[in-house]
Amino acid sequence: MNAPREFFQLSNGTSVPWADVPAWPVDEFIAATAAALEHGGRLCAWFGVPENSGTRLVAVIAYDSENTLAVGRSAPVVKSYPSLTLRHPQAHLFEREVWEQHGLTPEGHPWLKPVRRQDGGHPAVGEFFQVQGGEVHEVSVGPVHAGVIEPGHFRFQCNGEDVLHLEIALGYQHRGVEEALAGGPHRATMSQLETVAGDTTIGHATAYATILETLAGTETPLRAQWLRAIALELERLANHTGDLGALAGDVAFLPTSAACGKIRGDFLNLTALLCGNRFGRGLIRPGGCKHDLEAARGAQLLEKLRMALAEVNQAAEWLWDSNSVRARFEFTGTVSPAQAAELGLVGLAARASGLVRDVRFDHPAGWHRFAPVPVAVWPGGDVFARARMRWLEIQRSAKFIEEQLATPAEGEIFAGLGASAGDTLAVALVEGWRGEVCHVALTDSAGKFRRYKIVDASFHNWAGLALAMRNQAISDFPICNKSFNLSYCGVDL
Amino acid sequence: MTTALEILLKLAAWLLLAPLLPGIINKVKAWVAGRRGPPVLQLYYDLAKLWHKGVVLSTAVSPAHVIGPAMAWVAIAGAALLLPVGQTGASFAFRGDALLFVYLLAFARFCIALAALDTGSAFEGMGVAREVSYAVLAEAAIITALLTLCVQSGTVSLATMLAPSAGAGAALLAAGLFGVLLAENCRVPFDDPNTHLELTMVHEVMVLDHSGPPLAAILHGASLKLLLFAVLLTEAVLPLGKLSLLPAIGVLVGSAMVVAIAVGLVESLLARLAFRRVPLLLTTSFLLCLFALLVAWKGGTP
Repeated sequence: MNAPREFFQLSNGTSVPWADVPAWPVDEFIAATAAALEHGGRLCAWFGVPENSGTRLVAVIAYDSENTLAVGRSAPVVKSYPSLTLRHPQAHLFEREVWEQHGLTPEGHPWLKPVRRQDGGHPAVGEFFQVQGGEVHEVSVGPVHAGVIEPGHFRFQCNGEDVLHLEIALGYQHRGVEEALAGGPHRATMSQLETVAGDTTIGHATAYATILETLAGTETPLRAQWLRAIALELERLANHTGDLGALAGDVAFLPTSAACGKIRGDFLNLTALLCGNRFGRGLIRPGGCKHDLEAARGAQLLEKLRMALAEVNQAAEWLWDSNSVRARFEFTGTVSPAQAAELGLVGLAARASGLVRDVRFDHPAGWHRFAPVPVAVWPGGDVFARARMRWLEIQRSAKFIEEQLATPAEGEIFAGLGASAGDTLAVALVEGWRGEVCHVALTDSAGKFRRYKIVDASFHNWAGLALAMRNQAISDFPICNKSFNLSYCGVDL
Repeated sequence: MTTALEILLKLAAWLLLAPLLPGIINKVKAWVAGRRGPPVLQLYYDLAKLWHKGVVLSTAVSPAHVIGPAMAWVAIAGAALLLPVGQTGASFAFRGDALLFVYLLAFARFCIALAALDTGSAFEGMGVAREVSYAVLAEAAIITALLTLCVQSGTVSLATMLAPSAGAGAALLAAGLFGVLLAENCRVPFDDPNTHLELTMVHEVMVLDHSGPPLAAILHGASLKLLLFAVLLTEAVLPLGKLSLLPAIGVLVGSAMVVAIAVGLVESLLARLAFRRVPLLLTTSFLLCLFALLVAWKGGTP
């Protein structure tokens, strides 16, 4: 087989016949991927596809500045391959996942341990990294936490109040989402994908619907695309507002904390006004949307949106104007742009470190092809930057919704969905409120899912939190954690 | 007979009124946040509930885990009885009881810290380390404040030194003692009594493994300590020594409410400090008390 020279280039929300995806012998594939990552590429997904003679590795790479995606695959691999992580740390969790799922050992991976494998009711978290020394102590937090939050384990190596190292172990909510999708789509699939990460319902539902529409070759009705774009921003508004309040709550700043809790509810109710469910469940279906926004309800939504926006601006002003809050947020949990790029951070966390990285802008699909969203970026990389980013995005999202409501798309909201093409690979990226949601589907000859890969933004970003905690006070962990606010179930799948 | 009755009545007043203060603070916070908030009497309900609950003990703990809170509670109640109320003076008073007062508070802290360390938990160890580190500075401020009153009044008995006002340095002393009150009672900006985040706690994390009656003793002791500091602050600043019992009680109750409202407002409007900045604020409190001492020492002489 002659080695192909290039990855196959495609854009967001399109597909490629599996046979057209270039294949390399594994060593050359690793080298080609490493070269792509060195030349402006970013790893969106990295997974295995089992075949009779072994497992093929598949890489989905995003060239953000060129607005293109690229896919490539290896020849079937049997036991091991040279680790990509050594040159590109952003691959570290992907390689651990492939090792766990397909038994392929990345040779030279510095910290090879399970991601979410179950070991009798709990994840096989493996050995934790330990710092030795008389003054060093270990603090273990979770998986059961004091608040009503998701389970995850945090292992700190501390010297007094200072954190030397943090290791995060997840997998407590592994429920087999990807495994359940094999041979699908099934009747329950849509509902299951809406709850991959409950707070990113619109993000994941849009990605899944886009995958099926792409595979079927159907163009989604414009009005449905318009509705999805509005719902995506409503989701962002609610979550960002909730996070601003939670950040204020963690430093015991009562006014913003109390106000944002209520305003988050107002934003959730806007989604409920749109589709009857506060998290947007039941709105998006492959082939379109199930609920329309008539002019009268659109006007109602606009009015309530403006009221909630005014309130959240007021609450944010209190936060920015408070010296005691800024003293806590500034220079806490800093991730430098170089670190963020090296770790492959996405979404809000990347933009708060000054990286211009937004799927809506870099890889527009659906309605974003017609209505671009300006990217909000804030330098600094600290808790303050991530809080400030949320407020900037609240402004942009509200403005975007206002503009879209003024110029609605006309027409049907739901069109039928054709049969999925067989032996085809489809890729869909959506900028969820945390960041990039990536779905990749590979169909078998009958058009059923042979492999379905889900990469939530949290999968990229948890390592960012661990890095942000280096040399920080352990008492600042909650605000660092809240400033990322990553999903546990989105990683655990 | 009358003295015994009087002591009992005073003790009852201290014990019964104390849980009111956290209720008032929470009401103020709720009011600022636009919520209705828990009832003012919530702590009474909580104490009654805890009293009827069983105790869950870790297999790792020794009896110190249960005895500690009880001893701390007794020490704080004892310290309260050393504070005078108006003309009638303190229930117990002798020359040098100001030192006993300071030591009783330190002993209470020691007992709670010991009970916390007894669990062997990393969280509680961290909480104790923080608690005793800050105590070094907070105790320096209290001792300086008492020294100011000593110099001002020329006695070393709490009853006589708290009777007159603190004189020219009263404002400095009040500010310094208010800072210590916030620190000693785990209020914002030093600590956050409402947080659920173990890694950020000071006092709260030390009591995570307590349950049932020992936890009730800790909670009640904490409210008693808050009332005690509010009364100490008031008596250091206002000349209550001349008032007879009922007006004195009236003034003390009124000023304790003012203190509670002030604490509630501070908690509503300030974020808590990063831990590394706490010593700065405590040192400020200490310096305020120190300047009050200088005023009392040098200010009186022409």
